[in-house]
Amino acid sequence: MSYSDKVMDHFMNPRNVGEVENANGIGQVGNPLCGDVMRISVRIENDVIKDIKFKTFGCAAAIATSSMITEMVKGKALEEALRVSNRAVAQALDGLPAQKMHCSNLAAEALKKAIQDYLARHS
Amino acid sequence: MRRVYLDHSATTPIRPEVLEAMLPYLRERYGNPSSLHHWGQEAKKAVEQAREAVAALISARPEEIVFTSGGTEADNLAVIGAAYANAAKGRHIITSSIEHHAVLDSMQYLERQGFKVTFLPVTAEGLVQVDEVGAAITPETILISIMHANNEVGTVQPVALIGQLAKEKGIILHSDAVQSAGKIPVDVDELGVDLLTLSAHKIYGPKGVGALYVRKGTRLDPIFHGGAQERKRRPGTENTPGIVGFGRAAALAKQEMATEARRLAALRDRLLDGLIKRIPDLVITGHREKRLPNHASVCVKYVEGESLLLSLDLQGVAASSGSACTSGSLEPSHVLLAMGLPHEVAQGSLRLTLGRENKEADVDYVLEILPPIVERLRAMSPLRC
Ligand code: FES
Repeated sequence: MSYSDKVMDHFMNPRNVGEVENANGIGQVGNPLCGDVMRISVRIENDVIKDIKFKTFGCAAAIATSSMITEMVKGKALEEALRVSNRAVAQALDGLPAQKMHCSNLAAEALKKAIQDYLARHS
Repeated sequence: MRRVYLDHSATTPIRPEVLEAMLPYLRERYGNPSSLHHWGQEAKKAVEQAREAVAALISARPEEIVFTSGGTEADNLAVIGAAYANAAKGRHIITSSIEHHAVLDSMQYLERQGFKVTFLPVTAEGLVQVDEVGAAITPETILISIMHANNEVGTVQPVALIGQLAKEKGIILHSDAVQSAGKIPVDVDELGVDLLTLSAHKIYGPKGVGALYVRKGTRLDPIFHGGAQERKRRPGTENTPGIVGFGRAAALAKQEMATEARRLAALRDRLLDGLIKRIPDLVITGHREKRLPNHASVCVKYVEGESLLLSLDLQGVAASSGSACTSGSLEPSHVLLAMGLPHEVAQGSLRLTLGRENKEADVDYVLEILPPIVERLRAMSPLRC
């Protein structure tokens, strides 16, 4: 098993690590397959993701996909962000090893949860 | 880049002396040991010499050594072969929950064949308790299989005490000594084992060769069929070069064991003490004293093992998380879970196993690069508040 250069780059130099200050949406998910955990916090204004950060306890694929998804959706409208699939994230990383595809679910789900959290708080 | 190999429990490099001994049997001495002619007899002699050397490593008799394709086959042969050969006496087997998968999976296979298997728990330090073995014995028990030293946490089990118990009750005792033989003394009579598994590539020998010690008089069915080699216990043309290499490796290990064990234990303690001092929230796994001299294993809280391994590898250090076999899977190690570690702590397991070529400078290099790696990953972890 080996990771693409992009995965290694995002693993070694992850973008948007941490917690958004005065976040208005937080999503934390655990991977039922491996027990890894990811948390995404967002600051949403006018239905646009103004700021987004992640924290991940997991394998390199989990860290890289979290990093990548934050890059992909930062500045995007909620609707658009919600359409980002785990496959799209994996693709943006030049693919993941087959047994690591499930890791990309974490990122997509954590993001979705964070947005849902925001929506719940503001409805 | 500096490269440091700290994964000797996964495998070891072949020693030059071992390779030298093997080469003629890969070149001009290619005879089949079963042949009557010169070539055959030459190979036969080499195999028998190797058998003596391997027997000497564990204080056994040469005729009690059965060469196999490796530790996994030897474990299969021991467990399945002893179960089938003795099924008329009973169908109950006792083992531990921290065995290597070669034993565990063989046990599960036997369960599907109608055998009853008790998987004993272990203490937090990874020790099987002798009285629990005693309590598990029934009139139906035909086999006990408890590994000598654990591959993930390095804990050395009280096999000799279990051996006394087994002997009293007339139960066959098997022990997987793949990790211990050649590193610490293994004497089949002192341990009281009837079957014992060995592997060459963990002691600087070649891959693809191992052995099962079978005490004289032990009933064992073969699992392979097709020839009279190895007293019909393991048919198939002998892997002469591999066996020769195994013999040489065993002889060298025996010669150097005492000094090398002392040297490695000092390095290991330097490593463990250094890690504890430099990295907070570190859990040492396994028993602090009853452990293999070359084995350091820890769980780094709030960090996941693969991230650790990959980061270490980028800086030239080869280590492992759980066993090499489990690093490819998602489940945290069955050994660490059996020791009662929480799932998320078990996920941060790191195994550093030292070997002949490692020096103090290697240990110091790891002590220098690991703390920042851990810090970086922890800064990313949602588990640390
Ligand atoms: S193995 Fe758990 S997220 Fe990758």
